[in-house]
Amino acid sequence: MSDGIHIRTIVALVHDKPGVLARISGLFRRRGVNIESLAVGHSEKSGFSRMTFVVGGAENSVKNISSQLNKLIDVVEASDISEKNIVWRELALIKVKCNQSQRVEILELSKVFRVNVVDVGINNITFELAGGKSKIDSFIELLDAFGVLEVMRTGRIATLRGATKVGINDGEFTASDNSDIYIADKDASGSV
Amino acid sequence: MKENLIKGSEIVCKALINEGVDTVFGIPGGAILPLYGTLNKFPEIKHILTRHEQGACHAADGYSRTTGRVGVAFATSGPGATNLITGMATAMMDSVPLVAITGQVGRPAIGTDAFQETDITGATLPVTKHNYLVMKASDIGSVIHEAFHIARTGRPGPVLIDIPKDVFDELAEYDFSKDSKINLPGYNPYLKVDQNQIEKSVDLINKAKKPIILAGHGVIISRAQNKLLELAEKAQIPVVTTLLGISAFPEDHILSTGFPGMHGMAYASIALDEADLIIAIGSRFDDRIVGNAKRFGKNSKKIHIDIDPAEINKTVKVDSPIVGDINEVLELLNPKVNSETHTSWLKEVEHLKSEHPSLMIPESETLLGQQVIKTLSDLTEGSAIVCTGVGQHQMWAAQHYSFKKDSTWLSSGGLGTMGYEIPSAIGAQIGAPDKTVWSICGDGGFQMTVGELATVAENKLPIKYAILNNNHLGMITQWQDMFYNGQNMHETYTGNPDFVKLAEAYGIKGIRVEHQDDLEKAINEANNYDGPVIVDFVIEKVDYVYPMIPAGGSVDQLIEEEKK
Repeated sequence: MSDGIHIRTIVALVHDKPGVLARISGLFRRRGVNIESLAVGHSEKSGFSRMTFVVGGAENSVKNISSQLNKLIDVVEASDISEKNIVWRELALIKVKCNQSQRVEILELSKVFRVNVVDVGINNITFELAGGKSKIDSFIELLDAFGVLEVMRTGRIATLRGATKVGINDGEFTASDNSDIYIADKDASGSV
Repeated sequence: MKENLIKGSEIVCKALINEGVDTVFGIPGGAILPLYGTLNKFPEIKHILTRHEQGACHAADGYSRTTGRVGVAFATSGPGATNLITGMATAMMDSVPLVAITGQVGRPAIGTDAFQETDITGATLPVTKHNYLVMKASDIGSVIHEAFHIARTGRPGPVLIDIPKDVFDELAEYDFSKDSKINLPGYNPYLKVDQNQIEKSVDLINKAKKPIILAGHGVIISRAQNKLLELAEKAQIPVVTTLLGISAFPEDHILSTGFPGMHGMAYASIALDEADLIIAIGSRFDDRIVGNAKRFGKNSKKIHIDIDPAEINKTVKVDSPIVGDINEVLELLNPKVNSETHTSWLKEVEHLKSEHPSLMIPESETLLGQQVIKTLSDLTEGSAIVCTGVGQHQMWAAQHYSFKKDSTWLSSGGLGTMGYEIPSAIGAQIGAPDKTVWSICGDGGFQMTVGELATVAENKLPIKYAILNNNHLGMITQWQDMFYNGQNMHETYTGNPDFVKLAEAYGIKGIRVEHQDDLEKAINEANNYDGPVIVDFVIEKVDYVYPMIPAGGSVDQLIEEEKK
């Protein structure tokens, strides 16, 4: 309907059992939504996992995708937090070419970005970097001159600021506003 | 403890009986044989042997739509299971509660591409509300009770349970009181209606000068016909229905204003467009009604009452949504709505009805489909259960049959499944043995599931099949003529069987009608015959369904009748 790709961040609490991801990814596919990134891990509650999706698609496809997700029996609750006040992070492991003469220079650069070195080889070095998309992108861009060998990214994980959590509640359908979420300024490293 | 152990297949039967199941439709096969081996120990469950699994699924669907209960189908692994898919998709689109139980290859063989192995839980993901692969017998009881709960609550839908062959034979305990406890965090079908949403909608209704109700299938699913009638009468609001909302509101009522959309009555489409408030009740704003979503209802505010939050603002932006069960919502809403007369608006609607009659049957020497339906409606006094296939005959049935009884219209509205007409009538007749069931068929769809006539004959079901036979895929002819420069291709049948002889081959009474003069006599004969009948109505070869709004169009593109 409308032009361009709309990006949404969705977090979900789901049952931790086989086939759940297939149900979710099948729903995205069927409704014309592309998964930009996906992160899954155990939640604070045993038997349940938390997922963070960054999805993109036409406005009509993505705008009610969290409602569609909520219809899946294995999804306890899904919430589109794109317009809410959230913090989010992504972890990247970046392996770069680096001979001994470049090592000092590259380590200086890494300090500016507050990046950890997790492995050093004779001709390569691997960094670990957590942060927002733009921070990781800029660092990778900077390393391009040295020769990036491999980039591994976890995709975004996100949570609402404040005490609100996406999870088991009384399941009432409520309007999108949630009094527990306050509108704060957009954090350069975290908020969308 | 140990003496309570029973076979998985017995758990299936006991759990089904505890869910009130008295009829299942299905076909046995290798992987589900252990269940069939146990079935005869449970005479409470009547098994109807169909000729194709699609037939079993549609029959369960027809049974469900007629009785309001959960329909049940059995099939074996592999092709048996995949044959269910069209039936599941049909039920999914029309929110029909079904539980399908399929056999699967034994656990050790799963994933080895064994004989008749298919990943049916994977294959049916998009066409089921939920599905299960049960890997141990001790889970069978709780899974079945959960499946029925999911199928019938909230927005109903089909649920599939896949059980490996050796799990049917595995011993386990079944404790109804324990296994029927539902623990599904995150599945909350009993939504509490939000009072603010009610207040906001009441305010819109009380302020509206030209309100109209768009009643959908949800009204029938909720069995909320009386409350709909109450609302309409109290505030004197005209009612249009969706295609699947037909039989939610008595069509002989003064406020009944037909159904709008692609082949709906012109006056219904225009009234819907001219209204200043659309109250959509249990409808999902299907594209056959909405057409161009940007243009739809441009003069109106919209209230959308639906149990499925995902339907709100999906295709049409609404001003006031109410999420909840329609019965419950109307219970809260009706008392707050002012009694109104809406005299001038109702006069306007009456005027539309006379200006745009929509249901005029053209003069013709030959027999017309519309005449058949009109006569059928008169002779059955609008109170038969009517099943249909998909196409021109379906639209004529929707237009010209005047429904007076609730929940009597069975048609594949969402998926548009040709071949639904024969088996759905089987389920309907079994669900309502004392009612007259007429299935209106096209000669195309009839041949898609024609094998189920054997099921009809075998069970001596007194279903009356009316084939509107034009030796064409009539709707295809119409579309090719209108939108593909009249290039008619692959829409003519030159090899149709003699349907009367075909009926006789099954031991079913066959009648052929070729002339208008014989119409009444044949329908009366069929009605009075104690047994199944196929009436082959040989109708005009090429005829179009009017009115018509082309796909994606709006009321501005309404074609009321053929330009001569």
